[in-house]
Amino acid sequence: MSDEIVIDVRGLTKSYGGRKVVDDFDLKVPRGAIYGFLGPNGSGKTTTIRMVCGLLKPESGAGEVLGFDVLRESLKIKERVGYMTQKFSLYEDLSIRENLDFIARLYGLDRRAERLDRALAELGLSERQEQLAGKLSGGWKQRLALAACMIHEPELLLLDEPTAGVDPKARRDFWDRIRQYASQGVTTLVSTHYMDEAVQCDAIAYIAYGKKLIDAPTAQIPGRIGLHAWRMAGHPLHPAELMLKDAPGVELVARFGAEIHACGKDAAALERAVRRVQDAQPQLSAAPIEAGFEEIFIYLMSGAMDNFQ
Amino acid sequence: MAALPRLDLSWSRVFAVFLKELVQMRRDRPTFAIMILMPVIQLILFGYAINTDPRHLPAVVEMREDGPMTRAFLASLHASTFVDIVAVAHTAEEGEAMLRSGQASYLISIPEGFERRLLRGERPQILIAADASDPVAATGALGAIERIARSAFVPEFTGPLAYLAQGPPPYEIVIHRLYNPAGVSAFNIVPALLGVILTMTMVMITSIALTRETERGTMENLLATPVRPIEVMIGKTTPYIGVGAIQVAIVLITSTALFRIPFTGSLPAFLIAVTLFILANLMLGYLISTLARTQMQAMQMTFFVFLPSILLSGFMFPFKAMPGWAQAIGECLPITHFLRIIREIVLKSAGFADIVGDLWPLTLITLALAALALVRFRRTLD
Ligand SMILES: Nc1ncnc2c1ncn2[C@@H]1O[C@H](COP(=O)(O)OP(=O)(O)OP(=O)(O)O)[C@@H](O)[C@H]1O
Ligand SMILES: [Mg+2]
Repeated sequence: MSDEIVIDVRGLTKSYGGRKVVDDFDLKVPRGAIYGFLGPNGSGKTTTIRMVCGLLKPESGAGEVLGFDVLRESLKIKERVGYMTQKFSLYEDLSIRENLDFIARLYGLDRRAERLDRALAELGLSERQEQLAGKLSGGWKQRLALAACMIHEPELLLLDEPTAGVDPKARRDFWDRIRQYASQGVTTLVSTHYMDEAVQCDAIAYIAYGKKLIDAPTAQIPGRIGLHAWRMAGHPLHPAELMLKDAPGVELVARFGAEIHACGKDAAALERAVRRVQDAQPQLSAAPIEAGFEEIFIYLMSGAMDNFQ
Repeated sequence: MAALPRLDLSWSRVFAVFLKELVQMRRDRPTFAIMILMPVIQLILFGYAINTDPRHLPAVVEMREDGPMTRAFLASLHASTFVDIVAVAHTAEEGEAMLRSGQASYLISIPEGFERRLLRGERPQILIAADASDPVAATGALGAIERIARSAFVPEFTGPLAYLAQGPPPYEIVIHRLYNPAGVSAFNIVPALLGVILTMTMVMITSIALTRETERGTMENLLATPVRPIEVMIGKTTPYIGVGAIQVAIVLITSTALFRIPFTGSLPAFLIAVTLFILANLMLGYLISTLARTQMQAMQMTFFVFLPSILLSGFMFPFKAMPGWAQAIGECLPITHFLRIIREIVLKSAGFADIVGDLWPLTLITLALAALALVRFRRTLD
């Protein structure tokens, strides 16, 4: 990471049908960073990313991407950005290779055949390159789209849920590659709903109802939220879960396999609630734990975020 | 109006779009087949509807004279399947009224003193007034009446009258086309059909050029690349010039083979005109594509354009007979100019100089449509 700011947008606002779906959005992303973009469904992630790469015109706000004005120099931005859409947007009636070739030509790349061969080999699709893209499985489509948006070696990657539906092995490979790019100075803004991916980001911007609520280095986020958690285990868990849900001081109850995690901001109130449940169900074990990202994001997405507005 | 986009286009990006469009067209077999079959089907449908020998057309006969020759002619008319004599009029007004009211398609008049002048070799006239607003009636009337007349008179030209059977017929058949002085005929309609077919297919196919991308979601990816609107426009429309050329070839071959339309005009002039006309239609379709949001809307807009193209272009009704506002609309339609050009070239053996008056409006329309499409092109997903 360097001090150079690659994405610098201020006050981006977009409405649909009179409703602000992105509201006064600021973001600063330094070069080489992997910036996670999180938020519940419909919170405005896709809309924001589209405004950043010039696909949507913000109704107010301004900014620069890679030093170019987002409103007036979107062509220059497009030449240097790799944008992967959330929905598959390559041509289903073109073969895998024809799709990549089309993109490569549009970016005016030299040594096209060589680049395509390499991209197809990395993707593991060399043998199937003549297959129509529409015939690929969902996960493979996703991987093809990812390869397509990287073929022109962009300086900035805008990835909208790139790993949705992708198997764990391919996701791991994908993140290894993103980190490798980052070390070469490529910046990434990636939206995701996977917590294991969120923790791999250098920083996270969290958006809900079109408003950015958190924007911090990933490591600092648990401290900022100040969420406390208790773990309960044993049998049966379901009655305890129901009791905890109604208990004062408990803001989130989440099931993690054979355990339940109860979270709240008021440590004392949370402990009292857990103890009361344990009195009623003495066979259950209870212990305080550190609130993880999983809890924090479930907590954030559950709508309890008044403190951040 | 937004500022006109700068022309900083890259031909390699144009070629990328062109190539992609070509591959997609090749994979979309049904659409491709329709584009090739449509001209053939249309030609055969229209062409035969017009070309079939008309039968049993109501006619009123005005006889000013009653002699053996004219009686033989009347008998032949009665016997023919071409016309049905619905009445024999005795005054000019009576016959004309029937023609005007549509009760008869023809008024056949034998003037006074016909036989006497025939025998003297003065070549008297048989007058035929045809209701040419019905193109079927106007077509082939001359030929049919000639045949009927010959079959009536020739047997009479025997004995002392045998000299009348030599040389050209001793009478003259004059057709007077009413209500449609230009006279619509198969020769007239088949070349014009080329204009209609090209309008229909070219506009329809390009009208979904962009809406299809939007509906399939591929627009988002396309817009995220550095491709310019003008490159998309050129790349997406050029493959269809080829399709248009194939259609032109099909129409020309079919119309000469089936309908024996003579092609006597200048071929280079024709090629220039038809290329320009194809371009104009592609731009019109592409403009629709930038306006419509869905393929359905694009289709509806296409028909919205197609109707005036048929009704106000001079294809269906004579252009000069239309009210001023209709003519004004007609002048803005590419097909109006193309119809004039093609009739000049195909029927009147016109050369380049004769069609310039319609070539430049066609060029102007094409450029205006292209400019409008570029301005209207949505560079964002808004
Ligand atoms: N073209 C549009 N017309 C109308 N409303 C829209 C449009 N695009 C997005 N919206 C609305 O804007 C809001 C934000 O949508 P957006 O796609 O940005 O959310 P998101 O954070 O990407 O959601 P997800 O996680 O489901 O992808 C939603 O309420 C959506 O319904
Ligand atoms: Mg989204």
